Amino acid sequence: MSRYTLVTSIVNRFSGLLLSAGLLLLVYWLISVAGGPKAYSRARALLSLPPLQFIYWGLLVAFCYHLLAGIRHLIWDTGHALERSQAQRSSWLIGLLTLALAIALGLWLVRFGGHAA
Amino acid sequence: MNSLRSPLRRVTGLGAAGSEAVHHWWMQRLTSIALVPLSVWFVVSLLSLPGLDRATVVTWMMQSWTVVLLVLLVLVATWHSQLGVRVVIEDYVHTTGTKTLMLVVVTFAHALIALSAVFAILKVAFGSAA
Repeated sequence: MSRYTLVTSIVNRFSGLLLSAGLLLLVYWLISVAGGPKAYSRARALLSLPPLQFIYWGLLVAFCYHLLAGIRHLIWDTGHALERSQAQRSSWLIGLLTLALAIALGLWLVRFGGHAA
Repeated sequence: MNSLRSPLRRVTGLGAAGSEAVHHWWMQRLTSIALVPLSVWFVVSLLSLPGLDRATVVTWMMQSWTVVLLVLLVLVATWHSQLGVRVVIEDYVHTTGTKTLMLVVVTFAHALIALSAVFAILKVAFGSAA
């Protein structure tokens, strides 16, 4: 059985849900910018809490995966790369590219001194 | 009367052609395509900022391109998210009451997120943020 299609499909959904939750963080951050310096420093202190750093890494990986898997879905919609062997190969490719992209963006992010916000 | 759809079909609203399912599928694809450049732009611009102190962020958010793309990103992302979360609920929640309640809450939450974000972006853009 082609179990990898099951895994990639579930992971795509899960990463999507994680990114949906990430929208809450984004809107909270935007509102704090609009709220003035006091509101922003309060939000920044909250968003810099250590447990949230794990969430940022999770969001980063989820973003990379969902982006790449989404592009694959759009390619599938054109009727290309639908053969079982091709789907299997692209699954591995997406996994590897997600890892590479997440590490690259993560290293760029660390520039902020580990404080993503 | 000129419709080829039978009265029963119209009443039940089932079947793919002309139903809401096609619209859902199409919007999911449209928002996906739009989000490829929009989300990449957002992540790259955020990471390109020299820092995340408020002055830097406000300067960035007051640029015209940032305002337009950020509003677009928020609207398209919340729409895409709403479509996706809806499918997950429809697929995994099988109690009609709970399902309906969750769909209502999720839809309202997304509308609230989208409007709050757009309001915040415009407030900063027009320089009315303290």
